[in-house]
Amino acid sequence: MSVAAGRFIGQSVKRKEDPRLVTGHGTYVDDVTLPGMLHAAFLRSDVARARITAIDTAAAKALDGVRAVLTAADLNGTVRGPMLPTLFADGAQGPSAPIKPLAGDDVRFVGDPIALVIADSRYVAEDACDLIEVDYEILDPIVDFETAAASAELVHPELGSNVGSTMATPPDESLDAAFAGAAHVVSETFHQHRHANVPMETRGIVAAFDRYTGDLRVWMSSQNPHEVRMCCARILGMPENKVRVTQSDVGGGFGQKYFMPRDEMVVVLAAHLLGRPIKWIEDRRENLLASNHARTDKADVSMAVDADGHFLAARIDHLEDSGAFPSGGTGGTGVFVALLFPGPYRVAKLGWSTTAVWTNTCGRGAYRGPWMFETVAREQLVDVVARQIGIDPLELRRRNVIARDELPYASPGGMVFDNVSPAETLEQAAALIGYDEFRSAQAAARAEGRHLGIGLGLYIEPQAGMGPLGVEAAGLRVEPSGTVDVFLGSGSHGQSLETTMAQIVAEHLGVHVDSVVVHQGDTDVAPFGGGTGGSRSGPFLSAAARQASLQIREKAILIAAHLLEAAPDDLDLADGVIAVAGSPTRSVTLADVAKTAYLGSDGLPPGMEPGLEVVTRYKAPMVTYSNACHACTCEVDIDTGRVTLLRYVVSEDCGSMINPMVVEGQIAGGVAQGIGGVLYEHMVYDDAGNPLTATFMDYLLPTAAEIPMIDYGHIETPGITPGSHKGMGEGGAIGAPPAVFNAVADALAPLGVKLTRQPLTPSALVAAIESAGASRSR
Amino acid sequence: MPLATTVNGERRRGLVEPRRTLADFLREDCGLTGTHLGCEHGVCGACTVLLDGQAVRSCLLLAVQAEGAEVTTVEGLSPDDGSLSPVQSAFREEHGLQCGFCTPGFIVSVTAFLRDNPNPSRVEIVEALSGNLCRCTGYQGIIRAVERAAGSA
Repeated sequence: MSVAAGRFIGQSVKRKEDPRLVTGHGTYVDDVTLPGMLHAAFLRSDVARARITAIDTAAAKALDGVRAVLTAADLNGTVRGPMLPTLFADGAQGPSAPIKPLAGDDVRFVGDPIALVIADSRYVAEDACDLIEVDYEILDPIVDFETAAASAELVHPELGSNVGSTMATPPDESLDAAFAGAAHVVSETFHQHRHANVPMETRGIVAAFDRYTGDLRVWMSSQNPHEVRMCCARILGMPENKVRVTQSDVGGGFGQKYFMPRDEMVVVLAAHLLGRPIKWIEDRRENLLASNHARTDKADVSMAVDADGHFLAARIDHLEDSGAFPSGGTGGTGVFVALLFPGPYRVAKLGWSTTAVWTNTCGRGAYRGPWMFETVAREQLVDVVARQIGIDPLELRRRNVIARDELPYASPGGMVFDNVSPAETLEQAAALIGYDEFRSAQAAARAEGRHLGIGLGLYIEPQAGMGPLGVEAAGLRVEPSGTVDVFLGSGSHGQSLETTMAQIVAEHLGVHVDSVVVHQGDTDVAPFGGGTGGSRSGPFLSAAARQASLQIREKAILIAAHLLEAAPDDLDLADGVIAVAGSPTRSVTLADVAKTAYLGSDGLPPGMEPGLEVVTRYKAPMVTYSNACHACTCEVDIDTGRVTLLRYVVSEDCGSMINPMVVEGQIAGGVAQGIGGVLYEHMVYDDAGNPLTATFMDYLLPTAAEIPMIDYGHIETPGITPGSHKGMGEGGAIGAPPAVFNAVADALAPLGVKLTRQPLTPSALVAAIESAGASRSR
Repeated sequence: MPLATTVNGERRRGLVEPRRTLADFLREDCGLTGTHLGCEHGVCGACTVLLDGQAVRSCLLLAVQAEGAEVTTVEGLSPDDGSLSPVQSAFREEHGLQCGFCTPGFIVSVTAFLRDNPNPSRVEIVEALSGNLCRCTGYQGIIRAVERAAGSA
């Protein structure tokens, strides 16, 4: 089943974004300069938990070029509303951490902002930070999230508990009976370690408040300009229409820039207080220790399996680390981890619990597939089941994967999967990687003392369309010259929406893609929208752009019919020309129509509203699903613990692909992040809560030398949104971690090595090999 | 301190603080904001420029170290007519960029690499690229772009 490519949809159209970006002519937030602009730097806590007994800013204030040194005493009283994302601001989503602009009485993690210095240059601002004296009374920090709930010390005394949230299914005798009666019950505990988004562009903001017009102007590295605007209005108590937020080029976010972070809010408060334009550009150390972190999960998981290897019931008890100040709520997605845990398999029963705890560490935030621990825990458990009951992992998946003729399939987590193809992607990935041939090669290699492994990661990826995530907007204006402007409420930060949404409009309106210009990221220009995140732009934003295009197309044809004295049904609009079918000489251009619509409205059909312009909104379904299967092979050097990835394949079903080049680019980026997460990236705290990995010398990102070339397979099962496109921006980072983990575990399993924790660094693997008594004698 | 240097073929004279980095001089004093700062400690490579033809990290150099030198930034690599250099064009053709933030550093590094090694092997390409970090592409399109640019150079 597939979807026919159109003239523009389904084509690897080269990106409109690229000419400016490859020549250094993009505009990122640090490229914005205003007259009289000052520069900000934060003084941050270098202890994890302490009372502040004194702050002395006198020397800093006396430094030449310093314009202000702001502490909690100056700034915290100026806040007029909750410093939380709109989604969390009313508390309906559960409690959030008690976020204040600056730490005043105490600090709660290393990186907690204590003072903001405003100076003529960033150099001077940083000099002044060094001159601020802070006296601390050090307290014992809560660093370990596994013991946080039981600690007598509280991260947030205001909340009365270190447990931010906890939920569980009620006791279920039928679940217990399924486990009690199963031929096999396989249990394991998996940990996923703390790592982070690490966009190449750090966070940053320029904020300017004009006291005489009452206007606040903000430029920010963001995924979601309208959310920033709402936050600014809320914390300042300003009318929303006096705030204008611009997000131009953004150097990646992966979730970290979806909400408005605390530090940016502090800069806005300062700009408002001082009435001076202020720029703050986060440095890399700040990004690694004080932007949100991600992952940091643990789960006890069990699967009940019958004698033939069929899954009967599953259980997951999940714990996640919220850190001190996540962006909103607990920063986690534990309920989705639990509900999605059965994944693309036939599992009749599910029991679960999920708990989020506060710790004196950097707050948890969204990172590409925030709930992805469900796939990590499930796919790793499936391989453990396979090993324990003696069935090959591919065969075990074949026996349990949901087949197309079983759709729609009601998963016990409450999800109803439809329009997905997990069985097909499993087979395609297995074929692409040459699964059976690899097993033969693996056996031969083992006979030579080499340790090769293969791993699979199979998943269904939801795109949430509920609440504020469920509406996308598009404006479309055909100008009198016939060119097309499209206005989107998105916040593309690398996703190529300037190109892909132009393809959508070109296809459905009937113009060339070169005549379409996409505008987004400016709240004065774009319709209200939900920004870019959650893999929603592909299915939902495209539906809004399509809807706008079809509405304008219909009106243009009605106008043309009037001008040509033809029946609308006889007309077609293609390449900017509206012609009578069968007699191409009877035609008008879209420009002629647009000119009539705006400048010659007396020539319009009687009663028609002038203009050729629309703003329209698409209401998404509650949830849509894409799916994929990842497979990779590796070799492990058991002396050094080095893992070399040999091959990597992804079979992906995101419905109709708007731009295959972009789809594969999105997959590849997610895969690289997943590989980095499993093998290299680790945000480490010591027992005192000190981050040990706050530079790129310590926090290791994968380079070109670590990422193999990826092969792709595509299955295009039509989705349920009007264009049949499905979201896939996060999937690469969801499927890759278990595929890599399983491959390494597969390589080492014959040695009796058991792996349950990430990252799989050389030292971790050598230790695991040694503890299994499997290291080669030297 | 006084500084006299040449940037993208234009002479630049001025006074700079001794501690001013070359990157800040290029971005703020020359207005050449194509050179990006991703880490400011010499790992990510986003700030790579050519100093007398050699690819260097402008975040680790002081502006005064460019005294008397010729500096080329990403803006100086493309022809004046709005077209792209072969390396820039190859990055576009092969989807070698997404957010584009690391891209100037890659383009400059690759331009110097292909000048010195016009027909590199895949292994040499990967090694040459391993000094620059990208978070979006998984390096797939970047590697293909270098191969394409090498073929067309």
